[in-house]
Amino acid sequence: MDDLLTYGEALERFDPVLGLEVHVELNTASKMFCGCTNHFGSEPNTNTCPVCLGLPGSLPALNGKAVESAIRLGLALGCSIAPRCRFARKNYFYPDMTKDFQTSQYDEPIAFEGVVEVEVEGQTFRIEIERAHMEEDAGKLVHQGTSGRIHGADYSLVDYNRAGTPLVEIVTKPIRGTGTLAPQVAKAYVDYVRDTVLALGVSDAKMEQGSLRCDANVSLMPKGSDVLGTRTETKNVNSLRSIEAALTYEIRRQGAVLAEGGRVIQETRMWHEEGYTTAGRSKEQAEDYRYFPEPDLVPIVADAEWVERLRATLPEPPAERRRRLQADWGFTDLEFRDVVNGGALDAVADTVAAGCPPQAARKWWTAELARRANEAGVDLAALGVTPTQVARVQALIDEGTLTDSLARKVFDYLLAGESDPDAIVAAHSLAVVSDEGALSAAVDAAIAADPGTAQRVREGKVQAAGALIGAVMKSMRGQADASRVRELVMGRLQP
Amino acid sequence: MALTPQDVRRLGALARIELTDEELDRLAPQLDVILEAVASVTEVAADDIPPTSHALPLTNVFRDDEVRPSLPQEAVLAAAPATEDGRFRVPRILTEEG
Ligand SMILES: [Zn+2]
Repeated sequence: MDDLLTYGEALERFDPVLGLEVHVELNTASKMFCGCTNHFGSEPNTNTCPVCLGLPGSLPALNGKAVESAIRLGLALGCSIAPRCRFARKNYFYPDMTKDFQTSQYDEPIAFEGVVEVEVEGQTFRIEIERAHMEEDAGKLVHQGTSGRIHGADYSLVDYNRAGTPLVEIVTKPIRGTGTLAPQVAKAYVDYVRDTVLALGVSDAKMEQGSLRCDANVSLMPKGSDVLGTRTETKNVNSLRSIEAALTYEIRRQGAVLAEGGRVIQETRMWHEEGYTTAGRSKEQAEDYRYFPEPDLVPIVADAEWVERLRATLPEPPAERRRRLQADWGFTDLEFRDVVNGGALDAVADTVAAGCPPQAARKWWTAELARRANEAGVDLAALGVTPTQVARVQALIDEGTLTDSLARKVFDYLLAGESDPDAIVAAHSLAVVSDEGALSAAVDAAIAADPGTAQRVREGKVQAAGALIGAVMKSMRGQADASRVRELVMGRLQP
Repeated sequence: MALTPQDVRRLGALARIELTDEELDRLAPQLDVILEAVASVTEVAADDIPPTSHALPLTNVFRDDEVRPSLPQEAVLAAAPATEDGRFRVPRILTEEG
């Protein structure tokens, strides 16, 4: 196990400097250089052809939609678009890459020099983007063997369905000045990129499926120094919460190494969901990828007319959208920040769009459902409850069919895999009992069963009525409107 | 230019080609001749001629984003030395990340 400083101690002694690389898988219908379907979740090696298998004699044909998506994403991130750029071959040997090179871009990225602003705890951070370039994804390896980890693997199995999926890799410049907020700024930035690609419609941006991936670089500078420290690059960060956790861990680990007078090793580290990183490949020696221009793909020329036509298709920027939504919903700054920080903005927006009052949508997503996501250790979006379902549950409350506590039971069933709130209410008899006869009988039974309490209520101890109301609710299995039960109890005892 | 046997050994390692000392001594001068021949191009290229990466004066050759049929899995795996569960089976890799 690594030695760790406390986060507070690490930040007292060092300033973190971040660098973030985000890979976005584009959601084109076909792959980047061939007509194979760009579909996640197919049977292994069923979406491949001579081009994406790298068979001799095959030639790539560039997907124009992928190029337009890359340009739009670059523009949305405030980048300039290269008037002319080329692809390059990045040569390396690894079984995930059939051709023994990855078709990428090297010194001529399609987009460069962007800037975005993210807000964390009321502070605005300016994040400069160095470049956004196009490349193809690699195949997927599964390591087989006793330990399940690569170093213990006896052999590996390769599925090339993902090989040739179009990617945009977005690389930031070093991000300084974030202080203790570094992990949150990183998370906010990746969230911003995710919001942006979703708004553009260029990717599914599902971190848990790998269609949006983040490599998080961090180094520490002693306070008062302006010499960059040695950085590590943490991979396998598959959720927004993991970005925050992985960076916090690396800052604490590097802090302990430096505090003991040690040297941080430049290396790739793997994040483990259990909450730590382990050393991967050392990057002490500069890689030699022998990049050279891809001869099989001609240059891309993005003239002003094309770029402006694409710029005109950009959606409302996320920051402006947030301002507009807060105003539309009438949320206080605090309420709105809870929604944003809880990763619930889209969920609330979609729930409101499905007809739910904004405050009710906010309450479900930032309290009950946030708690359940937290318990399950997943992001809100991965919880499995949809905005449409939440809106329907709230509608059932508003029409008096459900109480809040019955609604929570409906969520139990939704989380267990059922999908229709109305069907759940019917199948599990969850509707509020509005039958006055049944309610009255339950009230009478509760009073008869507890004459002492009833007498105290008669004598004016109003708060004692709670026990009787509780008994009625229990006998009705929670399926009664508590305020109506209170009316009935008080009507009997304090006419 | 003088390409040394050490240079060739390094290039060989990058290309995953194992070379004996005898081969290095034989290949280094041969590769050197090739490099010299290519280098002579730079002598005739004037400063106002940009480096060429493509022989054809074409740009923006794009394909429509349309799905075409892929190969059947059996055909894809037919030439593989080893397969398992519809996947290519490859030797374990110790030195790289997964
Ligand atoms: Zn293909």
